[in-house]
Amino acid sequence: MTETVMRTDGAAIGRADRRKEDARLLTGRTNWTDNIQLPGTLHMATLRSSMAHAKILRIDTSAALALEGVLHVYTGRDFPELAGSTCVWPVTDDIRMSHYPAICTDEVKYAGDVVAVVIANDRSVAADALDLIDVDYEHLPAVVDMEEALKPGAPLVHADMGTNECYVARMPCGDYEAVKARADVVVKRRFINQRLIPNPMEPRSVVAAPMGMSDEITLWSATQIPHVLRVLLALLTGIPENNIRVVAPDVGGGFGAKLQIYREEVLALVLAKRLGKPVKWTETRSEHMVATHHGRDQIQDIELAVTKDGTILGMKVDLLADMGAYLQIITPGTPLLGMFMYSGIYKMEALDFTCTGVYTTKTPTDAYRGAGRPEATYAIERIVDEAAAELGMEPMEFRRKNWITHEEFPYTQIAGLTYDTGNYEAATARAIELFGYDELRAEQKARRESGDPVQLGIGISTFTEMCGLAPSRTLGALKYVAGGWEHCTIRALPTGKIELVTGTSPHGQGHETAWSQIASDIIGVPVEDIEVVHGDTGRAPYGMDTYGSRSLAVGGQAIKLAGERLVEKARLIAAHQLEANPDDIEFTAGTYSVKGDPEKSTTIQAVAFEAFTAHNLPDGMEPTLSGESTVDPLDFSYPHGTHLAAMEVDTETGKVTLRKYVAVDDCGVQINPMIVEGQVHGGLAQGIAQAMYEGALYDNDGNLLTGSMGDYLLPSAADLPSFVTDRTVTPSTTHPLGTKGIGEAGAIASTPAIINGVVDALRPLGVTDVFMPASPQNVWRAIQNAQAGGAR
Amino acid sequence: MTHIGVTVDGTHRHADVEPRLLLVHWLREDLGLVGTPIGCDTSNCGACTVLVDGRSVKSCSVLAVQVDGKEVTTIQGLTVEDGEWHPVQKAFKECHGLQCGYCTPGMVLASVDLLSENPDPTEEEIRQGLEGNLCRCTGYHNIVKAVATAAAEMRGGTS
Ligand code: FES
Ligand code: FES
Repeated sequence: MTETVMRTDGAAIGRADRRKEDARLLTGRTNWTDNIQLPGTLHMATLRSSMAHAKILRIDTSAALALEGVLHVYTGRDFPELAGSTCVWPVTDDIRMSHYPAICTDEVKYAGDVVAVVIANDRSVAADALDLIDVDYEHLPAVVDMEEALKPGAPLVHADMGTNECYVARMPCGDYEAVKARADVVVKRRFINQRLIPNPMEPRSVVAAPMGMSDEITLWSATQIPHVLRVLLALLTGIPENNIRVVAPDVGGGFGAKLQIYREEVLALVLAKRLGKPVKWTETRSEHMVATHHGRDQIQDIELAVTKDGTILGMKVDLLADMGAYLQIITPGTPLLGMFMYSGIYKMEALDFTCTGVYTTKTPTDAYRGAGRPEATYAIERIVDEAAAELGMEPMEFRRKNWITHEEFPYTQIAGLTYDTGNYEAATARAIELFGYDELRAEQKARRESGDPVQLGIGISTFTEMCGLAPSRTLGALKYVAGGWEHCTIRALPTGKIELVTGTSPHGQGHETAWSQIASDIIGVPVEDIEVVHGDTGRAPYGMDTYGSRSLAVGGQAIKLAGERLVEKARLIAAHQLEANPDDIEFTAGTYSVKGDPEKSTTIQAVAFEAFTAHNLPDGMEPTLSGESTVDPLDFSYPHGTHLAAMEVDTETGKVTLRKYVAVDDCGVQINPMIVEGQVHGGLAQGIAQAMYEGALYDNDGNLLTGSMGDYLLPSAADLPSFVTDRTVTPSTTHPLGTKGIGEAGAIASTPAIINGVVDALRPLGVTDVFMPASPQNVWRAIQNAQAGGAR
Repeated sequence: MTHIGVTVDGTHRHADVEPRLLLVHWLREDLGLVGTPIGCDTSNCGACTVLVDGRSVKSCSVLAVQVDGKEVTTIQGLTVEDGEWHPVQKAFKECHGLQCGYCTPGMVLASVDLLSENPDPTEEEIRQGLEGNLCRCTGYHNIVKAVATAAAEMRGGTS
């Protein structure tokens, strides 16, 4: 048994521990999937359609097969039934579900669809062979625009469906028409939430290898969801689930893009089994642009019914959501994840929600950081600014008049969610102070009066969002086919070291550090002695993985309970060893002692060794020391915050500059404030990028115009400022640790803050909206149109 | 095949390479130095950044034959085995300048080069200097802070 170390450092929760992960990441010892080089590996390359929509007439693979080093070329005929992805969320009873072939058989439906797969013994040979495959296509009309797609007679993405309408989902809450009749003003806007390409810095990558001694195949993938992926791979391929082990090694960012089952994963698995050799595939960045799912892409028709005195009565939301060509894991559900959040932090009597999912001949969409909630937040935070402007009210005043006050929690909002806690006043007060709100308003006034060509705008976003997907029954009611629980096992090993097995699957969020901090507090061992095991269905068999800011919100509950169960079992052993009644045993910082007799004590590490030898355990007690828990959350949690952006807009050139950004977030109790702040920074960058820089563009033939990193503008350090961040802490009451969630908040809040700021700057010119991204061109056009008397 | 002789992370390497072989592929696939990742195919992301004779270079944009006779430092050679970390590495950890870590090797080496050119950069100079290295996780805030912290540390250490 090793020497035990006593914890004397006090609470680990709340401490800005530097991260355990960093040592390997900073010295180049990281385990990316693409680093795996197994002997005898075969390399897979995919031939992608250059056309958005076409019939496949003929594929000639002979020249490719003749290339030295090429072993096989497969087309759809080789796998006529095999699906390459699947949808687990049929959101309505009459939804039209697509079949997503692993390799297209007779038709391609988006530029990037896979028509053939090469297997070669070398990566570059496989890539070279693609050029030698000859495909004859018969061009079919592309379906690019959602509104056009829904018109009668429009070309069809899936001819057998007879329509491009995938589904219509409705959620009427209250009687919107009745409240509208009472309104003095009905503010209407159409917002465009443009299509984005997630672009985690690590491209997707997969290695599948038969492991020899058994029928097991191990599949390493740069995925967020090893556990869910394993189930889906088994369902799609027919390979028994118990023969598949999925490992997500170090994963370089996900942002929803790796919350998916992709055809390359299916094909690598199937081909590794068929060929009996490791099969490897890594996407190029340009491939990522078409082959990895996209995010957002909604047209939002929004109405807000208000009274003259500035009271919100109700809201109407009518969405068109672009599915792309096929449904993937939660494609149709993604816009609906925002369904409950359209009322934001405001009280209202009615919310009438409709969403129409539309098929187009474009890359499928799915979750991207925030998934539905950024779109909802954009709509409500933009429309409240527009309503304030139409009523001639100061936008923060308008918000104050309508938001849920801190005395009113818990508050059941119009969509039926009960917000447990929040304090919008406190977060706003702090943000206003840090921002210098009044000074900036004064500067804005001065610039307006002097006719400065560079105008100043103040953008506000007072947001909330829902974290912690999700109570399983709620998911069931929404027709999602899986649960939302999370698992943790904590094992005290004979040497006193701790193995914390989590079902969450981090890809940059620092779970190894934060989970160690939680467990350290509960079981009283130093964080250095805790090893967090994750992302491997072999070592961590139960889990629902990482997305939707759920890892701490749900997984944290499982850690706490597992730790407490371990401590309780150890208490019985300690009592037995110390010859005392378990009720008389106190546990503090890893030490069990007899009440009133502190000399009689033992440590949790010593107990772990006793549990291992099992020489002297209480009668009937099973050896070994561990605690296990699978927690289904009671409810969601609702982080919130107030974000303020000072935007300078050059009215002559359309150039937009973000001068200052203040984010005050309330995510309840923070386990590691350094990690929380980092999550906020990264989210801000992505949300700001949507507002200012990014957007996937297609031409009328369905070709992606932003198909490489040279064309799709990801912001660099030179494109962003430093941020001012702070927090308020209003603990959640639905979570035993009082935590909420923070992974997506920055991305959810910042997009409307930026655009509200740009529009605020241009309001005197008659501008009421600016298309995203607020590029000089889009801003300039908005100014011109406003001055010509039109919208935008 | 062309013969090259290169010092990589302090070790002399001799190899016969295809003239079209990129430096990054030589490092990763032939030498097994997988600490240098690849993030794009258009020389935009900077994930693959290494030092060639002390200057930062995107290893996906040069051929292996072009570094013949030169000295290449990857993230794996910035620290000697079991040795002290470079001040930039330390500062990235201290300031939480990384999350997933995929951009990190390139970011660290680009920062080392930046500081060798400009030991006392302003925030603006740091931001401009790292323009060729993309990070999708951190929003750059803490990366900028880390570089400024390392700069202060290195100036303190040499003065
Ligand atoms: S891999 Fe992107 S610049 Fe080299
Ligand atoms: S830390 Fe993930 S890309 Fe920079």
